[in-house]
Amino acid sequence: MSDLIAIRKNIPHVKEIVVISGKGGTGKTSLVASFAALARNSVLADCDVDASDLHLLLEPRVIRREAFTGGSRAQIETEKCLMCGECQRLCRFDAIKSASSDDGRQNTLHVDPIACEGCGVCAWFCPEKAITFLPAVNGEWFISETRFGPMVHAKLGIAEENSGKLVSMVRSNAKRIAEERNCERLLIDGSPGIGCPVIASVTGADLVLIVTEPTLSGLHDLQRVSDLTSHFGIPTMVCVNKWDLNAAMSRDIEVTIRNRGLDFAGTVRYDRAVTEAQVERKTIVEYRPDGIATDIRNVWAQVEDKVKRN
Amino acid sequence: MKVAIASGKGGTGKTTVATNLAWVAAQSGCTVSYVDCDVEEPNGHLFLKPQVISARSIGRLHPQVDAGKCNQCGLCGDICQYSAIVCVGKKVLVYPELCHSCGGCTLVCPAGAITEISRVIGKLETGLAGPIHFAHGVLNIGEAMCTPLIHQLKTEVASEGLSIIDSPPGTSCPVIESVRDTDLVLLVTEPTPFGLNDLKLAVEMVRALKLPLAVVINRADIGDTETKEYCRNEGVSILVEIPDNRRVAEAYSGGVLASESVPEFRRSIEALYARLFESNWKTSPTLAHGAAQ
Repeated sequence: MSDLIAIRKNIPHVKEIVVISGKGGTGKTSLVASFAALARNSVLADCDVDASDLHLLLEPRVIRREAFTGGSRAQIETEKCLMCGECQRLCRFDAIKSASSDDGRQNTLHVDPIACEGCGVCAWFCPEKAITFLPAVNGEWFISETRFGPMVHAKLGIAEENSGKLVSMVRSNAKRIAEERNCERLLIDGSPGIGCPVIASVTGADLVLIVTEPTLSGLHDLQRVSDLTSHFGIPTMVCVNKWDLNAAMSRDIEVTIRNRGLDFAGTVRYDRAVTEAQVERKTIVEYRPDGIATDIRNVWAQVEDKVKRN
Repeated sequence: MKVAIASGKGGTGKTTVATNLAWVAAQSGCTVSYVDCDVEEPNGHLFLKPQVISARSIGRLHPQVDAGKCNQCGLCGDICQYSAIVCVGKKVLVYPELCHSCGGCTLVCPAGAITEISRVIGKLETGLAGPIHFAHGVLNIGEAMCTPLIHQLKTEVASEGLSIIDSPPGTSCPVIESVRDTDLVLLVTEPTPFGLNDLKLAVEMVRALKLPLAVVINRADIGDTETKEYCRNEGVSILVEIPDNRRVAEAYSGGVLASESVPEFRRSIEALYARLFESNWKTSPTLAHGAAQ
């Protein structure tokens, strides 16, 4: 027991680095995969659970898979239902639908699983207790090994909810593995936007790296997503990917970043080899070790340096 | 006709296709409305540059507890599936950001101690971009749930002419709210492994919603041929293939509608516009599969 406590005390604080973008398609996942290749002693987590792509480059070997239950789902037992319509009246999500039988003589009520928010109000108030409300499987999550170390990832079920909860599940398991294996860092691939999965992936992180692109949309979305990280008080760095597609816009973005008091992590050039590497299922730093890979190494060095100083 | 433009993967060109399609359709005399449902990161206004005519705040309900009436029975905490209302000792705590506004706690409270109050989560703006009816929503920073805002925004979708619904990326709740009740979901993809992986997820989502779907391949000459093979095998129509074009990327980066300055790109969008009306998607959803390869 005392040994255990001693070991626990020696656990270093795992530094969580989250890569997000605001706007989609700025090259976030390609950069995370490259960082994974460059980083030593790290655990990877793909928190873009409703459109995850990191596995395509890292080809994880799944060691453990678990069902994810984010909430419960209502179901009407037709034989008990007296069609009083109370559930339909109380449901705020328009999820109780009526359907007629094939011969058109009988009407039944059922729950539309896509519209249902899993609030359970229908089941609670059904006078006939004709509605079951049981935990539902909303997706799966995995613990895997990759050529760059352990990885935790997930797949949200089709048209399912609770992506924020699944993100938290992936993140906490990745952190636990990092602690168990004495890894210094947790490298997290986040999702686009500023909503629930993004909030779940950044809150409490040690550093956020925002990957943007030199476009008006990139700048606009960068401003909103950096408002989000400052709202939660998370140290934030920004890098501009494909900077040479519009050098003037890239400079404008750099000025914006500095005016907002954020750290500039550097620029990465545009290179069609990124797509070629993706087709070959390789990270760009493996596929083309010079040129663009130099830019990525420089950005990663900035990120590592900042995390160490924090 | 209501057409939702969605993608799975971000950055494939949803907003480029949606805004240019709106412009090309309006140029040909069609009544067009453009509704930007990407309320987390709306960008359509950067290209259509609408004059905003009206703006209103959008709120959502959450409970407020009258401590004087509360008898600490704990039922509100029991019914809530989202931990948005929690009873701790003699106190009831409310977390408005977690609330889904189902109304369960208000209904279940035997003391009548709970009322619902509204909290602003974002704004909805409407206006005109030339002849195009424009609407978008802007979610407040720090708000987790955007579907109530999208729900309100969908009331701006017109039933006459062409309504274009620019959806957020991904395949979860905000996308589902955006594409619901449309006549056609147009999935914009790029022919790369990432693009294809996310296209497959998006196709599964649209099929689960039982909506007609078709694909636009953007930057069609990059990557590999697997996306086309997938569409052929799945019987998914490809309405147009848009070649990679640096001038389109330059126009986009500066917030300019590429159809105005790049003629070959405009022709691609005109071809897409024409194909949209070739099939009656609403009455014959089967046409969405396998028609006009």
